Amino acid sequence: MLCYEKKKNALTVRLSGELDHSVVTAIRGELDSLIAQTGAKKLILDLKGLEFMDSSGIGLIIGRYKVMSRRGGSVAVSGTDARIDQLFRMAGIYQLVERLA
Amino acid sequence: MSVINEMRLDFEALPENEAFARLVISGFMLPLDPTMEEMADVKTAVSEAVTNAIVHGYGGGTGFVRLSASYDAAGEMQIRVVDHGRGIDDVARARQPFFTTSPGDDRSGMGFTVMESFMDGLDVESAPGRGTTVCMTKRIRLRDDAVPQRA
Ligand SMILES: Nc1ncnc2c1ncn2[C@@H]1O[C@H](COP(=O)(O)OP(=O)(O)O)[C@@H](O)[C@H]1O
Ligand SMILES: [Mg+2]
Repeated sequence: MLCYEKKKNALTVRLSGELDHSVVTAIRGELDSLIAQTGAKKLILDLKGLEFMDSSGIGLIIGRYKVMSRRGGSVAVSGTDARIDQLFRMAGIYQLVERLA
Repeated sequence: MSVINEMRLDFEALPENEAFARLVISGFMLPLDPTMEEMADVKTAVSEAVTNAIVHGYGGGTGFVRLSASYDAAGEMQIRVVDHGRGIDDVARARQPFFTTSPGDDRSGMGFTVMESFMDGLDVESAPGRGTTVCMTKRIRLRDDAVPQRA
């Protein structure tokens, strides 16, 4: 179960714990059904609570960017630490996704 | 420099063992008194290699993954992840950023790129049907009072 909040057209989802391949399929499924249920135009992923992330997280973000783009929406991330930032920059994520403070 | 500590671990190719492998490598490198940064670099690289063995090597089928590691008195770690799965036909292509054979699963194709950036050395040996061996090197900067020694 993911923690989320919907305000106007923005859906904010907080991820916590370790984001790796073993959990990413379940998270992806939950995110995609939340996006469909709420009809959100903007998906904000709050990553402050993440203790670990590898390239599975990059795939998750790029995948959600595609899902939201198809719906005419967008994705933003917040709470990224130096390490997650490094991973995202490596993959050019910030060309697709806004980085909030 | 001669090796002063060494470990080997065989585990089944199951997703729940990705976190296990990260825990093991973190514990093994503790005597080197690594920074949080160095520890996270190694954990992330091991996570990538082990995930690849499970996801691509065995592709959901059964098999064992071997994680082995060693370090010398200068703090240089050697880490090896071996599977006996399907292997890679073109290693140079597989190592390119964004190359993936399973885009439908939201794999990013950034695994090898991450290993390369977070470690000091990466070598991949593989052949179709013969499995894959990933060797990585990481130099842990030793603090003056923390030079590990064999008793
Ligand atoms: N252990 C392995 N066995 C077989 N193929 C592998 C292995 N590791 C990597 N590969 C191949 O190399 C490609 C790139 O790997 P990687 O950079 O980790 O990206 P990803 O895992 O996101 O696909 C994989 O899609 C796969 O085709
Ligand atoms: Mg990978």
